[in-house]
Amino acid sequence: MPEKRVVLKNCGIVNPISLKSYIENDGFKALENAIKMTPTDVIEEIKRSGLRGRGGAGFPTGIKWEMTNKSVSDEKYVICNADEGEVGTFKDRYMIENDPFSLIEGVTIACYAVGAKKAYIYLRAEYNFLIGVLQNAIDQSSEYLKKADVEIEIFEGAGAYICGEESALIESIEGKRGEVRYRPPFPPTEGLWKKPTVIDNVETLMNIPRIMTEGADWFSNMGTDRSKGTKVFSICGDVEKVGVYELVMGSPLRELVEGLAQAKDVKMVQIGGASGRIVPYGNIDTPLSFETVLGAGGVMVFNSTRDVIEIVRMNAEFFEEESCGKCFPCREGTKRMLEIITRFAEHRAKPRDIKALEDLSETMMLSSLCGLGQAAPNSLMDTLKYYLSEYEMRIR
Amino acid sequence: MVNNVVREILAHHKNGNLISILKEVQDNRIDLSKDVMMDIAKSVGVSFSDVYEIASFYSFLSTEPIGKNVIRICKSIPCFMKSCDVVIKAIEKELGIKPGEITADKKFSFHLTNCIGACDIAPAMMINKKRYGNLTPGKIAQILDEYK
Repeated sequence: MPEKRVVLKNCGIVNPISLKSYIENDGFKALENAIKMTPTDVIEEIKRSGLRGRGGAGFPTGIKWEMTNKSVSDEKYVICNADEGEVGTFKDRYMIENDPFSLIEGVTIACYAVGAKKAYIYLRAEYNFLIGVLQNAIDQSSEYLKKADVEIEIFEGAGAYICGEESALIESIEGKRGEVRYRPPFPPTEGLWKKPTVIDNVETLMNIPRIMTEGADWFSNMGTDRSKGTKVFSICGDVEKVGVYELVMGSPLRELVEGLAQAKDVKMVQIGGASGRIVPYGNIDTPLSFETVLGAGGVMVFNSTRDVIEIVRMNAEFFEEESCGKCFPCREGTKRMLEIITRFAEHRAKPRDIKALEDLSETMMLSSLCGLGQAAPNSLMDTLKYYLSEYEMRIR
Repeated sequence: MVNNVVREILAHHKNGNLISILKEVQDNRIDLSKDVMMDIAKSVGVSFSDVYEIASFYSFLSTEPIGKNVIRICKSIPCFMKSCDVVIKAIEKELGIKPGEITADKKFSFHLTNCIGACDIAPAMMINKKRYGNLTPGKIAQILDEYK
């Protein structure tokens, strides 16, 4: 399956600083369609489309909206999660840079559907250079925002990977440390300032205008049984053509890695950033979908010259630095994991260290409070499975 | 005695959002020293530890003095694969400081950071709010000259 540009359809075509250019390319048609419908009908359309969250977790977007819509409250919020921090991921940045108006339109439709008058775009601090293009899109769209009675504010993060986790992100907008919350309650019942809140990834929200223009049936005709539509990927590492590509869900990994990015001599691929799964070259035909492997869409390719253990050690170092410290399985676990994997990296591991890593991983996956600690052992567990001999030869 | 600039910043952050306040104070070239954080805590009506726990949590806030220009160079895997280590060495040599340090004239501080989402132009860094990519050791002196 070749590249299919649905979410990316405007990138490189529409002038990102011109509303006029956006309108000429069917901009805000989806919003016009949506506000002629009842909020419940909009939600029904999104539910029927089968759209699932593109931030990695894959929760059905329509159901999230429905829960928020049904929560009784005088105030509700929509938050766009633009805290793209997963290592090797830059697709949300690319989309904001090239097509900010589609994001604004998606946010506005989400607000209308759930009954929110205020939306925040939580932009990671490292993307602060995008504030200009994004604020310009908000300002130029003021007429449309008024029609839907919506106000959009950019909230600039302050540098913390954990704030991509929805409850930590909410804490951060409230001006606190980005520590995750105990759940339930989930944001649709109790989110920002304890009010019902929808929180969706940039790419998820950019799918909304497409669905509300072309219809749920058109959308759900693309993809697999449980993964509808397309997925945007950023790919980097040992490839000829680093970049952002969009494929229909279910496309083989090979199409992205060897086809579009033209990688050669591939040893393994990590899908979904530091917390992502490792796919060895032998499984390069794995389809990309929620049923198999997907993550947030950051893909790193490693050729045969790369040291598996060093890659795992760098992932462990990343989590050790980025753990928020609230729950001890993650706070302590990431530290010990780095300690042990460093022994392998330095060829001084002990025979019991493999078992120690397995026990530690299992504990973290079962008992960490949020996705950070639960997913931190992924690359370790996968490489122990596929590349055990590389570990064993470093035991002294 | 609350610094005038800090007082002005506090005045237009009526909701008391500590992240926004601390960022703006720091952007105005005021270090988040113990005294400054004490002043902010008193004005907002929270404890010193409430302010400190935020200033020490986020990587774009610093409880140590930072330079007029803040260099953040990415050390994550995609940049590592494009040899960010030799670029880091070139910056160390050019400025005469190690990561985490500040130059004697306070013009630069230099930090290693995790992925900044610039993997398509790796190895990459940020100086203040500007991004630089496809770095090589040879490009460093010229880039830093703009800020000297």
